Amino acid sequence: MRQRFEGQMKPLFQRGPSITLRLLILILLSVAMMTADHRGARLEPLRAGLTLLISPLHYLVNLPFDAGGWLSGVFTSRNSLLRDNSRLQKEHLALMAQMQRYEALEVENQRLRELLQSSVKVGGRTSVAEIISVDLDPFKRQIVLNRGTRDGVTLGQPLLDARGVLGQIVHASLYTSSALLITDPTHALPVQVLRNGLRGIAFGSGSSNRLDLPYLANNADIQVGDLLVSSGLDGRFPPDYPVGKVVSVKLDPSEPFAKVSAEPSAGLERNREVLLYWFEPGTAGNGSAAVSP
Amino acid sequence: MTQKQRQSWVIIASFVAALLLTLLPLPDVLAAARPAWMAMTLIYWCLALPGRIGVGGAWAAGLLLDAAQGALLGQHALSFALIAYSATRLHLGIRQLPLLQQAAAVAVLILFLDQMLGFWIKGMSQQAPWSWSYWLATPASMMIWPAMYLTLRHMRRRYRLA
Repeated sequence: MRQRFEGQMKPLFQRGPSITLRLLILILLSVAMMTADHRGARLEPLRAGLTLLISPLHYLVNLPFDAGGWLSGVFTSRNSLLRDNSRLQKEHLALMAQMQRYEALEVENQRLRELLQSSVKVGGRTSVAEIISVDLDPFKRQIVLNRGTRDGVTLGQPLLDARGVLGQIVHASLYTSSALLITDPTHALPVQVLRNGLRGIAFGSGSSNRLDLPYLANNADIQVGDLLVSSGLDGRFPPDYPVGKVVSVKLDPSEPFAKVSAEPSAGLERNREVLLYWFEPGTAGNGSAAVSP
Repeated sequence: MTQKQRQSWVIIASFVAALLLTLLPLPDVLAAARPAWMAMTLIYWCLALPGRIGVGGAWAAGLLLDAAQGALLGQHALSFALIAYSATRLHLGIRQLPLLQQAAAVAVLILFLDQMLGFWIKGMSQQAPWSWSYWLATPASMMIWPAMYLTLRHMRRRYRLA
């Protein structure tokens, strides 16, 4: 018995530096890496490489969910498909009608802006990405997407869904990328009240249905029900996309700031498809300083 | 295949399985109480084949977990290196304990070297968890340890790893 233990333990002490010395070196290395990772994106290439190594596992974990979706697609009844189809047709028609008006308004807006000689706003380009269902750290609001640098994803790229701003890309590898949601406590997003143009910053709260606006003065003109839109001042998010609706305003005269919280517009933990947003070249706000996640 | 290669394959396979279990989506209520699969796998191999993984290998496994979970690069790497060191040093003591006491010892390792260290690092990088349920991973790991130990031991014996 003793001989077996000794036989097993040999490689520990035979070659190279002692285990304690190795541990010390690794501790120093870890601390250096954490500092570099925290103080900027210097380790992004290393992370991208490691993530590439792991992305097969991400897809593997996602497989049963994909298969479930596929199966339910195969076994959908003809009736429900027909129902869906007619509902979508109606929706499409209504949206098209709205679109016509919108296009006319946009042309008019552009003409007026030219008259005022102010800068012309140009739209961006979007592309659909799918959320891969894997669990990351439960105390971080993060999602993994099935698009990576191969598809043109870049760090800091805004993420939208059909109803509003969702978050931004924080890590991108070749085939997958991960995004920080606007509800993460480390995320801050410059917003504007649509009604009167009042500016503020929306911080994530950690819970999936609340944003906090901590730096609004007690006498600021903000009401329950106000729509918050992105202001675009960060140079990272496109302006005028809905962010959330104010759900509570608490005024306490003894505090310097009002306690305002809002409910995000985007379906943060509901939908599987999200939109990646690219600024068209020539528009304001590529790469300038932004609120870091 | 030599004994050494066989060891490597079985150990790598067990780590891949642990990583899959770590990534598997759980409902929100259970997500915080997910056992520390990777750390437990590491502890098992450090107890069963002391010195086979070593601090360097443990560190690399932790780094992969960091990348997989989107944590600060180096957080789990650091705690895994410490866990491997302690478990290897203490393996004679822990290995002879009855299964339940062994689970308690494993829970202590995970609580101090994985969870507390992680909490501290996250706190320093302004990402401290906002709910007490963060600590549920330790009791969850403790409860699952006996089953995990028996499964991995069965695997080790089946592939005749000394």
